[in-house]
Amino acid sequence: MELLIKNAAVYDPVNGIKGDRTDVSIKDGKIVDKVSSGCTGIDAGGRLVMAGGVDAHSHIAGSKVNVGRLMRPEDSRAGIKPRTKTTRPCTGYTVPNVYAMGYRYANMGYTTVFEAAQAIMKARHTHEELEEIPIIDKGALTLFGSNWPTMDFVRENDMDKLAAYVSWGLLASRGFGIKVVNPGGGEMWGFGKNVTGLDDVVPEFEVTPSQIITSLMKVNEMLGLPHSVHLHCNNLGKPGNYTTTLESMKLAKQVKAGKDRQVMHVTHLTFNAWGGTNWGDFESRADEIAKYLNNNDNVTTDMGQLIFGNATTMTADGPVQYANAKLLHAKWGNGDVELEDSSGVVPITYVKQISIHAIMWAIGLELALLTDDPYKVLLTTDHPNGGPFVNYPEVIALLMSNRKRQEEIATLHKAVHSQTKIPGIDRELDFNDIAIMTRAGTSKVLGLLEHGKGHLGIGADADISIYDIKPDEIDPSAEHSKIKSAFSSAAYTIKGGEIVARDGEITATPAGRTFWVDAKVPQSHTDEMMKDIRAKFKNYYSINLANYMVQDAYVTHQNVIKAGVGTAASEVD
Amino acid sequence: MTVITDALCPFCGCLCDDISVVVEDNKIVDVKNACKIGASKIRGHHRIKSPMIRDDKNSDFKEVSYDEAIDKAAQILAGSKRALLYGWASALCEAHKKGILLAEELGAVIDNTATVCHAPSALAIHEKGVPTATLGQIKNRADVVIFWGCNPVHSHPRHMGRYSVFPRGFFSGKGRRGRKIIVVDVRKTNTAGIADEYVEIQQGSDYLIISALRAILSGHEDVVPESVGGVARKDLLRIAAILKEAKFGTLFFGMGLTQSKSRYKNIDNAISLVTELNSFNKFIMMPMRGHYNVTGFGQVCTWETGFATAVDFSSGAPYYNPGETAANDLLYRKEVDAAMIIAGDAGAHFPANSVRELAKIPVVQVDPYWNPTTEVANVVIPSAISGVELEGTAYRMDGVSLRMRKMIEPEHLADEEILDRLIARVREIRGE
Ligand code: SF4
Ligand SMILES: [Zn+2]
Repeated sequence: MELLIKNAAVYDPVNGIKGDRTDVSIKDGKIVDKVSSGCTGIDAGGRLVMAGGVDAHSHIAGSKVNVGRLMRPEDSRAGIKPRTKTTRPCTGYTVPNVYAMGYRYANMGYTTVFEAAQAIMKARHTHEELEEIPIIDKGALTLFGSNWPTMDFVRENDMDKLAAYVSWGLLASRGFGIKVVNPGGGEMWGFGKNVTGLDDVVPEFEVTPSQIITSLMKVNEMLGLPHSVHLHCNNLGKPGNYTTTLESMKLAKQVKAGKDRQVMHVTHLTFNAWGGTNWGDFESRADEIAKYLNNNDNVTTDMGQLIFGNATTMTADGPVQYANAKLLHAKWGNGDVELEDSSGVVPITYVKQISIHAIMWAIGLELALLTDDPYKVLLTTDHPNGGPFVNYPEVIALLMSNRKRQEEIATLHKAVHSQTKIPGIDRELDFNDIAIMTRAGTSKVLGLLEHGKGHLGIGADADISIYDIKPDEIDPSAEHSKIKSAFSSAAYTIKGGEIVARDGEITATPAGRTFWVDAKVPQSHTDEMMKDIRAKFKNYYSINLANYMVQDAYVTHQNVIKAGVGTAASEVD
Repeated sequence: MTVITDALCPFCGCLCDDISVVVEDNKIVDVKNACKIGASKIRGHHRIKSPMIRDDKNSDFKEVSYDEAIDKAAQILAGSKRALLYGWASALCEAHKKGILLAEELGAVIDNTATVCHAPSALAIHEKGVPTATLGQIKNRADVVIFWGCNPVHSHPRHMGRYSVFPRGFFSGKGRRGRKIIVVDVRKTNTAGIADEYVEIQQGSDYLIISALRAILSGHEDVVPESVGGVARKDLLRIAAILKEAKFGTLFFGMGLTQSKSRYKNIDNAISLVTELNSFNKFIMMPMRGHYNVTGFGQVCTWETGFATAVDFSSGAPYYNPGETAANDLLYRKEVDAAMIIAGDAGAHFPANSVRELAKIPVVQVDPYWNPTTEVANVVIPSAISGVELEGTAYRMDGVSLRMRKMIEPEHLADEEILDRLIARVREIRGE
C-alpha cells in the first residue's frame, strides 16, 4: 500500500529538516524514497508535518492504572463517549479505559507510548491492558530498584548475575528497560518505612540506593539496552529534594554509555526539583537542575508538567503516596508486590490558588525553558500524575508562547513570583524544539531512533502527524490558542502507513505492536543466577516459578529488540 | 499417562498454582496438592452433556445441536430490549472480554456474581481507596492477621497454609508461632478454632466494633462504653493494642462483613481503620474473593468500561449505578426481558423474588454444570471447564494475574467461542 503526502511543512530534527516544503512517501508502512505516480495522496497544503508522537513516560496500563479506575468512578464518568461504528465506548479523564487511551493519543498525533512502570509479577496484567489499547505501539519499563534479587546481587557486587537477572526479568515481564523507583524504599515500605537519602542502608539487604542505581546503570550498559536506566529519585514529594536529584544525577558520571544516549533518565522533575525545607518556604529549584543539565551530557529528564484540575497520582513510590493521602485526606490505594516493589494511587486536584501547585506548575516549564538542549527535557505530564496526557497541547502552547504563560501567571497564587523564576523567562520554543521534545528526543532517549521511531528518514515507520497549522503563517506567541487546538486533534494521524485519525475522529483501529527487549547473557551466568531465583520461589514468592513469566499469548503483536552482552543491537519482528 | 505440574485450581480465590494432575485417556485420574473441594472440582461432576432447548419452562428439554442452541439464544437476546448478562465468576478473562462486547452490541446490562458477595467492597473502595498488597507480602511479613466475617477453613482451605497463617517467609521465619491470629465473627467457626483471639460479636454490630477500635487507636478510648456489640471494652482495648503493635498487619474480610447490616459502610469503616493503622506500622486489607476468577471479571470490566460491574450499555456508553443497574435491582423492578446466565449460578444464589422473575422471562444458560439456574432456563449451552479443559487468564484474590493450564481436551465449546458465535449471530439478526 502506498501513500504520498504532498506540500508538507516538515519538522524532522533527526534529519535536520526545519519546516522545508517537501513530500513524504509511504509504502508498506514505512517511509520510502518515492512512490508510484498514481498512488493515493494527501495534500498537506503547507501544513505542519511531524513524525508520530512518542511518549517516553506515561501510566497507561496495568495494576495501578486499574486501581485508579476502580477507586475513581467519578473520573470514569467524566469522559464518557458512546461506541461508534469504528470505536468502542470511551470513559475517564485521568484514568481512561483502554480504548480511550489509544484513541486519544492517536487524535493528538501520538503513535508510540511507553508505560513507565510494571512489576514483573504483575506484568501479565500490564500486557493484558496494552493488548487492548488500540492503534498505538507501546512498551513497558520494568521495575528493578527494590527487587530482592537486585539487592542481593548488588550487595555481592556480582554484576554478571545482576545482568543475567535484568535480562531474565525483561523476558519474564516482556519489558523494554530498567525502571528504578525510589530505590530501596520500595522494599522498606513493606514495613511502612522508607529510605531518606542515597546512602541509607536498606535493612536486611545491606545496600544503599546509590549502589542500586549505579549497579543497574552498569548492567544496563553491559547489556547494551536501547534505553538507559529510568530513575524516579528518592525523596520525591519532599521539599528540598532537588539535592537528592542532583546527587543521583552525579552518579551517572560513574558509568560510560554503551550507546549514543544518556546513561540515566531522571523522570518527572516537577516532583523532584523542589527547594525549601518545608511547605512554607517551598520553592522551585528547576534552575539548579537545568544548570546541571546544561553542563553535563549523560543525563536526560522529562517535565512531568502539572496541569491544573483533576489528576490521579500513581507510582511505585508507596511511601510518598501514603504521605500524600494523609496530607490531602484523600482516598488511598496501596498495592505492594512481594519481593519486588510497592505502589500507591491517590487522586488530587491541582488548584491555581494553592501556592504549592502554582510553584509546581512553574517547575516543569522552567526546566524546559532554562535547559538549552531540548533533547535533555522531554515533554510529559507523567500522565496522570501531573495531569492527563490529553493536555500535551496545553504544554506545547505554554512552551511556545510567553504571552500565554504571562496570561496564566496572572491567574496563579502569588508565590509563583517569589518562589519560581518563570515570570522572568521569555524564551519561546519553536516547532523544531517541540518536535524534539515530543518525537526525536523521546525516541532518542528510548533508543528507538534506529528502530524507526521519532523521525521521517527513509526506512522509518510511517507514523506521521499532520497538524492544521501553517508554520510560516502562524505566530505561536500570539496565536497560542490555535497552536493548542491544532495539536489537540491532528488533521491526520497516520500509523504504519494507515490513516487512523482525521480532525479528531478515529477512522481505523489497527492493533499496535509491543516493544520488548531480549537481552542475551552467557548461559552460565543465567544458570548461576537461576539458582538464587529458584530459591526465592521455593521460599518466598506466593506463586510458582513456572507460572511467573509472561507467556506469548499476552504479546500477540510483538516487536522484539535484541540486545545483550557483546551483541550488536538488531531488530526482528 | 501424562503428569501436568504447576497447574492452577479453578475453584476458589486462592487460585493455588502448585497443583499436579495425572491424565490418562483424556481423563484426570489423580489430583495432587489441591484441597478436597479443589480436587473434586478438577475431577468434574454433573456435566451437562448436550445443548438443550425448550419453549415452555414446565416441559422437558430437547437435546439439540450447538448451532441450533446458539441460534435460539441469539434470537432471544437480539429480540430483547433490556437483556441481562450475568455470572462470569467461573469464566476466563478471555470470555469476559467477549461478554462485554456482546453487552455493547445488545445494549444490555452486564453484571457479575460480585453483586451477591463483594460488590459492596467496590462501593467502599470508591469512597476510601484500597490499601492492599499481594499475598506473598503477607506470607513474608505478616505478624498479625485478622479474619473478619470469613471462614477460610471451609471456603478457602489452603489459604492459611499457603499465604496467611502457617507459612514461613523471609521476615516470618517462625511461621505460625510468629503470628497472632484474630477471628471476628458472629459464631465460633472452624477458623475461630485455630485463632489466638476470637472476638464474638453480635449480628450486625461490625460497624460499631470497627468504630470503637478506631476511637481507641486515635486516643479516645474514654468514649468507648463498657460493652460494644457484645464485646467487652477490655477486650477491645487488648485487640487494639495488638493491632497497634503489629509490624505488618492484615485484615482479611468476607461476606460476614460485606453482606451484613451496614454492608458497604462496614468496609468503608474498615478501610479507614486500616489506613489509620498505617500511622503506627504497616497494615493492609484484602477481600476473600470466592470464585477463582470473580476478581478477573472486575479487572477486565474496569479496564474496558471504567467500571467494575453492573454496567448498563443501553445508551451505547457504559453507565454504572449500583442500586439501579445491578442484576437484582433490574429483576426487582421487573425490567429484564431476557437473561443470559453464564459461569455463575443465579438460580442458587439470588433472592427468591429475583429467581421468580427469571422464571418468567426467556433465559439462556451457558455453563458446564447442571445447577438450579438450569431449572429456569429455556436454552442451555454446555461449555468446557475453564482452567481444566481450557487455558486462559484468571486473577487471584490479590489481583495477581495468572495463566491457567489446560489439563485435558474439552468435549464442549469454550465460553469464548460460544460468545463469538452469539455475537456474530446477533449481528446477523439485527442486520448489522
Ligand atoms: S484452596 Fe481454593 S484454589 Fe486452592 S486447591 Fe483449594 S479450592 Fe483450589
Ligand atoms: Zn511516572
